[in-house]
Amino acid sequence: MPSLQSIVAQGRAIAAHRPWPRAAVTPELWAAATDELADGRATLLGLWGESGAGHAVHMALIGEDSRDIAVLSLACPGLEFPSVGRRHAPAIRLERALHSLYGLRPIGIPDSRPWLDLGFWDMRFPLGARSTPVPQTYAFLPVEGENLHQIPVGPVHAGIIEPGHFRFTAAGETVARLEERLGYVHKGIESLMAGAALERGARLAARTSGDSTVAYGIAFARAVEAALDIELPPRAHYLRALMAELERLANHFGDIGAICNDASFVLMHAHCAILRELVLRAAQTCFGHRLIMDRVIPGGVTTDLRSEGVRTLKDLLQQVRDRFPRLIELYDNTASLQDRTAATGILDGAIARRFGAAGFVGRASGRDFDARKAPGYSPYSELDFTVPVLTAGDVNARVWIRIREVEQSLALIEQMLERLPQGPIAIELAGGSGEGLALAESFRGDVLVSLRVEAGHIARCHLRDPSWFQWPLLEVAIEGNIVADFPLCNKSFNCSYSGHDL
Amino acid sequence: MRRTLFESLTHGPLTETAPRPLDSGIAELAAAVDRSARRRLGRSLAIRQVDAGSCNGCELEIHALNNAFYDLERFGLRFVASPRHADVLLVTGPVTKNMREALERTYRATPDPKWVVAVGDCAGDGGVFSGSYAVVGGVSQVVPVDLHIGGCPPSPNQLLQGLLALLEASAK
Repeated sequence: MPSLQSIVAQGRAIAAHRPWPRAAVTPELWAAATDELADGRATLLGLWGESGAGHAVHMALIGEDSRDIAVLSLACPGLEFPSVGRRHAPAIRLERALHSLYGLRPIGIPDSRPWLDLGFWDMRFPLGARSTPVPQTYAFLPVEGENLHQIPVGPVHAGIIEPGHFRFTAAGETVARLEERLGYVHKGIESLMAGAALERGARLAARTSGDSTVAYGIAFARAVEAALDIELPPRAHYLRALMAELERLANHFGDIGAICNDASFVLMHAHCAILRELVLRAAQTCFGHRLIMDRVIPGGVTTDLRSEGVRTLKDLLQQVRDRFPRLIELYDNTASLQDRTAATGILDGAIARRFGAAGFVGRASGRDFDARKAPGYSPYSELDFTVPVLTAGDVNARVWIRIREVEQSLALIEQMLERLPQGPIAIELAGGSGEGLALAESFRGDVLVSLRVEAGHIARCHLRDPSWFQWPLLEVAIEGNIVADFPLCNKSFNCSYSGHDL
Repeated sequence: MRRTLFESLTHGPLTETAPRPLDSGIAELAAAVDRSARRRLGRSLAIRQVDAGSCNGCELEIHALNNAFYDLERFGLRFVASPRHADVLLVTGPVTKNMREALERTYRATPDPKWVVAVGDCAGDGGVFSGSYAVVGGVSQVVPVDLHIGGCPPSPNQLLQGLLALLEASAK
């Protein structure tokens, strides 16, 4: 039984890839890696395609115990490859997307319906050998049984949220099956990336999922810096992490309030929205943008934190520490609210592990993965924080993970303000070539960026949102719950449509 | 909970003074709205937000309009759940090809008189996403637009300025 390391060792190493190894493998080794995933010894981090000089598929994995990361690449001269999804369900949607975008066929995939391609494009396989579109009909999965009815919802939803289609099959009030159909906000980011200058690439990455703009900025920049083998000045790392923790705070406040709002507890929503606004205003003062967009660039950051900014952040910490504990108490002591969130939308720990569920979705179901800890990146290894984990897996647990992470982020910001190193905030990038892979922890989980730079331009860039491995789990978690609890469950997952659809 | 509620009685509200309406917005709208329609609507507009491909940054700031600092509803502006209840469509995003039909159908489902406000740089001309195979590029390519509010994303204050301009125009 070959381990991940031995699979990599048997492949042909690609020297230009940093910081983790990439190996070109045979179909047999590809299948062996699939077994590693299916048998739970490795977790899938990403699966994407490539056209151009030769069609290929790439898969990024992380060893379950060793936490080793590796990328395996398989050439697809016949425009096909052995399906990973055949044995490992988390790969299915990625492979469906791979076929719709590149025209590469996963052999043996149990579900070959298109994904992201909803039949509205002027072409098939936009990232591969483009061809004229053929009319498609999309069959939702069959549901059999008596007295079932279907409820189609979306793409346009009844709130200020992103578009997507949900097909519920219900037996009375109870959801028998939810099937998602996504892709409505597909913008073709990967095609825009190809050939773009690094500067433009960073702007595109920052707009892959607006709520995680800092995390995407960091993941993209780290991939560039890995590819070009650049080390940043320490102050740049600290400023990035400060931005990332502010982003996490703002999103968690927004989410905690919105989840309570979906349980009709408006008071929490109103107060959490105030906290969120305070964070955004502090971000505006410190970094000149409420969402801190375009402040992380390859090579460092654009905006330094001045002494006024340090004061603003200290004030913010104080205000949050004055207000937030009371809200936690309110959440914990309101029986009618707990009645809605406890034991609702339970996600089983085994499935969460299998799918490599990240962020609060994974942590509320016992999976403690956090890219800030392992593989880890600067400056988090120098800072003291814990990753909260619960096992209940319900909406309540996902709220509590957010609450605990707010506390951790506050502590992190405090430590960073104390230890903020002096010095430059960015270094000049000289052109160059190379391949880089990076993980950055967004509020929702790890964002993966794989990138190849050629002469200072992007040859190829793939961005994988944590939502890819969370959306399918929402379908699982809602089963057996009542339709009316869907908004609550959905908000507790808060998957990104834009990040997923790309 | 009691302490929190009592405190909100004794402390002043967080709500801030409204910004001045967007001047260019009023000019853009004056032409779009006829007098009778304005009279019928008074100073109350129901808004339906449609994400036609945004990165969700604009949605975050539109959400912020409802918080205690901006309190959109004090102006008679409120978000509704269906285009059939709406006077205004607030559209974000570069309009992806996958959302074009949904946007057209939402527009058709909105009763007259109606206004379309394109929010964010993407909704103007596709922004950073223009040129993609998957993007139409700008809301006005799909439905007629009465007002643009630029920004990436526009701040709640900018959004408020634009919406107040709409309100002024519709009340004149």
